[in-house]
Amino acid sequence: MTATVSRPVGTLPLDVETIRADFPILSRTVRNGKKLVYLDSGATAQKPRAVLDAERDFYENHNAAVHRGAHQLAEEATDLYEEARRKVGRFIGTDDEREIVFTRNTTEAINLVAYALSNAATAKEEAFRRYAVRQGDEIVVTEMEHHANLVPWQQLCERTGATLRWLGLTDDGRLDLADLGTVINERTKLVAVTHQSNILGTINPLEPIVARAREVGALVLVDGAQSVPHQPVDVAELGVDFLAFSGHKMLGPSGIGVLWGRYDVLDALPPFLTGGSMIEVVRMEGSTFAAPPQRFEAGVPMTAQAIGLGAAVDYLSALGMDKVEEHELAITAYALEKLQEIPGVTVIGPVDTVARGGAVSFTVEGIHPHDVGQVLDDLGIAVRVGHHCAWPVVRRYGVPATTRATFYVHTGYDDIDALADGIREAQRFFGVVPRDESREVS
Amino acid sequence: MQLESMYQEIILDHYRNPHGRGLREPFEAEVHHVNPTCGDEVTLRVHLETDAAGESILSDISYEGMGCSISQASISAMYDLVIGRSVPEALETGEHFMTLMQSKGDASVAEKLEDELEDAVAFAGVSKYPARIKCALMSWMALKDASARALSVTGGLS
Repeated sequence: MTATVSRPVGTLPLDVETIRADFPILSRTVRNGKKLVYLDSGATAQKPRAVLDAERDFYENHNAAVHRGAHQLAEEATDLYEEARRKVGRFIGTDDEREIVFTRNTTEAINLVAYALSNAATAKEEAFRRYAVRQGDEIVVTEMEHHANLVPWQQLCERTGATLRWLGLTDDGRLDLADLGTVINERTKLVAVTHQSNILGTINPLEPIVARAREVGALVLVDGAQSVPHQPVDVAELGVDFLAFSGHKMLGPSGIGVLWGRYDVLDALPPFLTGGSMIEVVRMEGSTFAAPPQRFEAGVPMTAQAIGLGAAVDYLSALGMDKVEEHELAITAYALEKLQEIPGVTVIGPVDTVARGGAVSFTVEGIHPHDVGQVLDDLGIAVRVGHHCAWPVVRRYGVPATTRATFYVHTGYDDIDALADGIREAQRFFGVVPRDESREVS
Repeated sequence: MQLESMYQEIILDHYRNPHGRGLREPFEAEVHHVNPTCGDEVTLRVHLETDAAGESILSDISYEGMGCSISQASISAMYDLVIGRSVPEALETGEHFMTLMQSKGDASVAEKLEDELEDAVAFAGVSKYPARIKCALMSWMALKDASARALSVTGGLS
């Protein structure tokens, strides 16, 4: 059993060696001196030095609570924080920084919207009731969602008596849009859909979904946790109402995420978390709230993390998101070929690179994904195993779990070779080397 | 490779040829335990009989499971250890197994527990991998839960 797929000729769109030198962690070894092969960027990305430096610089030279305090440090901290907001806005195609709300992560961004929609039903101010979700309304998701874009909507439905409906999946890992016209209907208040599946790698066609949602007047929220880090995303082009994503998956620090919302929609929503920073006037009898984005940023925010995210955005922009996308596509194409030539390996998700990102999930016949992951780990290769916080997806494809490799700007062909060799090693270790049926045909 | 320290041959044997697998009757309690971080599952039934001294004896444990080699082999090794034992004895063995899992690869702990844990002492290597300890413990948690429920059904004589 030998590998026959060889590396494509020509250079990759990104200079992997130069990029790797920017990531201190990639030079460490793991498990008794093994070179680290990091194929788990989909769970969290590693951080380039520029991001770490930006955080350190903030704490060493400018640390203060933003939007309060009359001193110079407070001014500098506020400027840096607001500059980060503008950078993130430009990165996703908006010049209106009021549309960028900093949250803890994608999960919190989605919960913010889900809670605002139920809070709207009981809001005192008429202006906040416009998007209220009530009994009889419907929320639409897909079977492809990460738990972060599923459980908050299940909970919203439980709180309000609304009904959750969903679009199913096809056998080849795509959204099944056959029922689009009935699943999204006049009762639909919001459609929540992932841009790129964290487990299948599928990039979803948003146009028909947005078009149908517009016909019935429903809001559209896109989970961009796996798309914003890996492809150019422009909110004006998407034509949606909300986009949620996390900093830590796009080279930024953990603890910072973003909710982008169309200003007129954000402005009509009541708050989710309340307290300091988000108020207009507070009296013992009651309070009024600030305009977005402050209305949704209660308490002292994650300042250093936001500034670190700004630095991550600068880093990605300097590489060019077009090139990042192109690079990952080349890596993904190679990985799909390289993995599928191994007898016993089945890719769960699209097996071509059409509308597909760099998350490659697979099973190895006769070896549980955890055990595959353990052998890979022993070789220094970091992958994710399990249901990837998308339990309904693995259930849909009849597997208990998968092993998943995800790629980023520092991923090279050598990483994919190491992965393929590692899978074969796992097969040897567990004594399951399936017959190579392709060779028995002739 | 460090892997052999975790995947002892005895563990792989239990994984490939599990002892006591399958759901059987009669039973007084059935539980379903999952490992929510990875999706491993076990359905476990307990059948108790009262012996001459009035003690509740685990006369059968039957199960169906789905998961990694460690989680599935652990159920099989547990089956061998606790069948025919009284509930308190089985739970004590479970405590010993827990101690082994917390040993962080300390060989002296495994050595001391060799008599109590028999084949299951082979899981000592798992204690070096924090992420896998929960795999090995799932079956024991299910047994503890099922035994308590079975006792409450049968009147709790133990």
